[in-house]
This record gives sequence, structure tokens and C-alpha cells, in this order.
Amino acid sequence: MSATSSTAPSPTTPETAEKDLILSVNNIEVIYDHVILVLKGVSLSVPRRGIVAILGANGAGKTTTLKAISNLLHAERGEVTKGSIEFEGERIENLSPNELVRRGCIQVLEGRHCFGHLTIEENLLTGAFTRKDGSAAIKEDMEKVYNYFPRLRERRTAMAGYTSGGEQQMCAIGRALMSRPKMILLDEPSMGLAPQIVEEIFEIVQDLNAKEGVSFLLAEQNTNMALRYATYGYILETGRVVMDGEAKMLRENEDVKEFYLGISESGARSFRNVKTYKRRKRWLA
Amino acid sequence: MNLLHQIFVEPFLFMGEAPDLLLQVLWEGFVSGILYALIALGFVLIFKASGVFNFAQGIMVVFAALTLVGFYAMGVPAILSLALAIGVMFLLAVTVERVVLRPLVNQPDIILFMATFGITYFLIGFGELIFGGEPKQMITSQLMLPEGRTNLEIAGGFVTIQHIDIAAAAIAVVMIATLGIFFSKTRIGRALRAVADSHKAALSVGISLNQIWVTVWFAAGIVALVTGIMWGARSDVSFALQIIAFKALPVLILGGFTSIPGAIVGGLIIGFGEKIAEFYWGPLVGGGIESWFAYIIALIFLVFRPQGLFGEKIIERI
Ligand SMILES: Nc1ncnc2c1ncn2[C@@H]1O[C@H](COP(=O)(O)OP(=O)(O)OP(=O)(O)O)[C@@H](O)[C@H]1O
Ligand SMILES: [Mg+2]
Repeated sequence: MSATSSTAPSPTTPETAEKDLILSVNNIEVIYDHVILVLKGVSLSVPRRGIVAILGANGAGKTTTLKAISNLLHAERGEVTKGSIEFEGERIENLSPNELVRRGCIQVLEGRHCFGHLTIEENLLTGAFTRKDGSAAIKEDMEKVYNYFPRLRERRTAMAGYTSGGEQQMCAIGRALMSRPKMILLDEPSMGLAPQIVEEIFEIVQDLNAKEGVSFLLAEQNTNMALRYATYGYILETGRVVMDGEAKMLRENEDVKEFYLGISESGARSFRNVKTYKRRKRWLA
Repeated sequence: MNLLHQIFVEPFLFMGEAPDLLLQVLWEGFVSGILYALIALGFVLIFKASGVFNFAQGIMVVFAALTLVGFYAMGVPAILSLALAIGVMFLLAVTVERVVLRPLVNQPDIILFMATFGITYFLIGFGELIFGGEPKQMITSQLMLPEGRTNLEIAGGFVTIQHIDIAAAAIAVVMIATLGIFFSKTRIGRALRAVADSHKAALSVGISLNQIWVTVWFAAGIVALVTGIMWGARSDVSFALQIIAFKALPVLILGGFTSIPGAIVGGLIIGFGEKIAEFYWGPLVGGGIESWFAYIIALIFLVFRPQGLFGEKIIERI
């Protein structure tokens, strides 16, 4: 299996993909605590079986976007006040996370959040909470998860709180898989992990995408890694999409290189300050 | 000198001289300890799963018992009354979830705590309105619980054991074991522990907090009903019973608010401790130790070990 995006399913841009989008977010606005406006009209879409990345610096609104989709915002006193979100063609803004997981859309939280006092295996089983297809099927899927993450099998009886960061990230992804998702919203899987482990995890994500047909929307600060595995990317800055395009294009874009891949250096930290920035032109054209 | 002798020597001599009395006191301590443990268990269940300190737990004990004898007094057969009382506890759980927890879910803990005061006074008022405020007899024999007593001849004397106390101990043990299995082996039990561990993560994997809250409040309601039956059988059923429920607080401080084993051990320590203190040291201060002993122990714990004996280990690694 190849690590580059060239062998991944053919990328679909929003313009061409009306046919089979698993997720489309249309111009949403998110407000926290009734006053703090954090997302100021974000639109994005994920083709079925695609891997799409949301990129951006700290506080850009990546997590907020994912939580708006998975409906975990309520628990943080956040609210989608404008726009719409569709999963498989149906509006989902008013569904509970429980119902959303049942329909096949699940989030893996930033910082993993495994259940520290439960064993790895128990953690995986909690992922199957919404399922009604019986313990044999659940058992089968657990085997599958262990095959994707052999390390979890070794640590199955360990309390999750005492496992390593990498193992916890695997546990969190494995736990999400146990719900039989069609789509996983993956928030900063690379956070705080050694490059090798990050690579291992992204390989598995790609594998899951190819073999199980799971679509991924992933939020990452690790732009380099994310653009190697994703087929399409959105760059978020202070609550707005400032640029989007196919991963290959983004990887080669001078501004992205400059600001997110750290390839050349410059004092400016925002796209909006960049004179050479072509987005506006493209948008207005 | 004389006083020191009275405090530190005589009681122990007395224990040695009359081991049958000591056994009697220990047994009494054990039984009330187990009942304290049950009340504390109800608190722990709710606290773990919803982070709410449920001030109403004590009143739930009285209310449950009152419902049971109330239905019986209306002419409903005993077993059916029991089933109805269980049904009422379920309704209570659903109502609390809908009316209190759901609307207040993102509010500060103190607001939820205050809301449980509301539940307390609602239950007192509602209970009195429907079933009347006068003390009632528990329907012990109708529920096929044993009555009477046995005098055991041991240690050169007699130890009197009430049969209902044996039943109480046995039922408490069975109930604790059942809860233990429920928590560790079942889907809902696992989800409950997951919620106790992290609300956020539990939500993210699709665990329905509403369902879990109904479940824990219902479980706490069943525990309250059983405690109410046992305690009611030893005295009578009235709102005065709630005083006993306050003993759960020192038990919790001792055991740690989040630990089920802690609730059990804490309950037993308080139960044994206050009976022994009352019997052997009570005469020195003119009695009444039983009513404040638990609180003194709790105070000492607050100073030296605020997390309690079994306060949950916080796993710090990320
Ligand atoms: N619960 C909240 N209440 C108020 N403001 C919030 C809340 N959560 C996030 N914010 C604010 O929303 C903005 C976006 O936060 P968000 O967590 O979505 O960013 P992010 O792109 O995920 O950043 P990071 O890379 O640091 O995870 C930040 O300015 C943050 O302060
Ligand atoms: Mg984030």
C-alpha cells in the first residue's frame, strides 16, 4: 500500500462532486456562549470514501467545525446559528450525537479522551454502544480492530489511562471503528506523538479508508502529514476558509509552503497579509 | 489519672470480661453499617454518573418505603405493592432526568445540587399529601421477610440476633454483588463507568447521557427502596428516618465520593465505630455519642485525608 495520495481514490473537488458527497457543510456560523462568534461562514464537503483535511493554526476553528458536525457543541455551550450541515443528503444539525453515531458519523476527539479507568478492550466495547446487531458481530469487529491495531491486542487488558499516547490514539480510533462508522471526524491525531507513531497512525487511516471504505474528515496542524494522506484540503483562519484545493495543489502552493509547511520564511503569519495571495482573485473571478 | 483510666483502660477490660456483649455490639454495628453503606451507595452511583451530589438520596429512602406501605394500606397485595413501588422509583428517575437534569445539564454543579434540595422538599410534600405524615409499620411479614430473633449461645453468654437483620445483611450483600456484576459485565454498566470517566468522550461515542442518568437514578431508587424496607422494619416508616440518611455524608467523606468499595467500607467503619463508642464510652459522657460520632470521624478525615479512604485514583498520564 502506498503512502502517497497518488494511489488514493480520485480526488473530487466541491465543484464536481454533487453526485456523491457523504458530508456537506454549507456556510455555517458558530457562536459560543451566545456571544463569541467563532466560525464565520464555513463551507466544506467530503466525498464518499474520501479523506479531507482541515488545516490551520491554533484557534482557527478546526475543532469547532468538527464539533458542529458531530453535534458535540451543545455540551460546550456552542451553537450553529446559520447555515446547514448534511450527512448523506439529510440535515443533521438537530440530531443528538447518539443518533448521529447510529447513522454512521462519529468523532475522535482532540486529545484522544480514552476512558482512563476502563481497559483497552472495554474502551473498544463502549464504541459499540449504539449497535443493535448482537455480540457476535461486535466480537467480529473487535477482531478486525485488533488486526488493524495489533498493539491494542497486546494491551487489551491494560487500563487505558496507563497506556502510551500512541496506544491511546489507536484506542480512540479503534473505539470509533466499533460503531461501524461511514465517516470519522478525526481531530488532531498527531498531537503530541512521535513522528514515527504519527506515520503509523496515518498509514492505518489510509488503510481503513481503502479497505473499509470509511470517509475521513481530519483536522490537523501537522499540515505536511495531513496533505500527504488527504486528497483535498481546506485551510481555515480565524473562522473562515481562506483557501481550499486538492492536496497536491496545496502542497505545491507557495503560500502554503511558506505558512504551513515552514519551507520558506517570512514575517507575515496570515494569508490576508500576503500581497501575492491569489485567493481573492480566484474567489471574485 | 482516674479519667485516663476510665477512657483508656476500663472499656477494654470490659470488652475482655464480657465477650458476648462485645459480639452483640459488633453485630449491631455491622447491621447499621451495612444500611449506611447502602444509602451511601445510592449517593455514589448518582455522583459518579452525573456529577450531582444528590441531597435527596436520604428522602428517596423514606419516600420509597412510604410508597410501598402506602400502596399496601390502599389494599394492594404486598408483592404487587413492591412492584408498584419499583415502578414509582422508575417514574421518579425519568421525571428527574426530564425535569431537572436535562434542562440544567450545562449549569454549574452548585445549581444541580440546589435542584436536589428542590427534589427533597417535593418528595416530602408529595409523600405526605398522598400517604399522610404519620409513622407507619413496615409490612415485613407480608413481604415474607423473617421476623423474630435467635439467641446464640457463644462466648460464655448470649448474643441476640434479629432475623430481619440477617436478612438485611444478606440482601445488602447480594445487592452489592449484583451491582458489581452489572457495572463490570453489562453494556449499560460499562457505559455508566465510561460516563463517570469522561462525559465528553462518552458523548462522542454515542452513549446517551439521558439513558444513563435514568438508569443510575433508577438504580439509586432501588437501593433506596431496599434500604427503606430494611430500616423501616427495624423502627417504623416516617420522615424521621431521613436523619439516618444524613449519616451517609460522613460515610462518603470516609469512603470517598466516587468509590463503591469506599461506601461499603466507610459504612461499616461508621456503623461499628458508633455502636462501640456508644456502648463502651457513652456512659462517660452521659450517652448520645452515636448521634455525633460519625461527624467527628468525618471531620478528622477531612483534615488528614480529604479524598477519603478510597477516593478514586486520578490517572495523570496523558
Ligand atoms: N467552549 C468554548 N467557549 C468559548 N470559546 C471557545 C470554546 N471553544 C473554543 N473556543 C474558541 O474558538 C476558537 C476556535 O477554537 P478551536 O478549538 O475550534 O480551534 P482549533 O483550530 O481546533 O485550534 P487547535 O489547533 O488549538 O486545536 C478559539 O479562539 C477558541 O478560543
Ligand atoms: Mg482543535
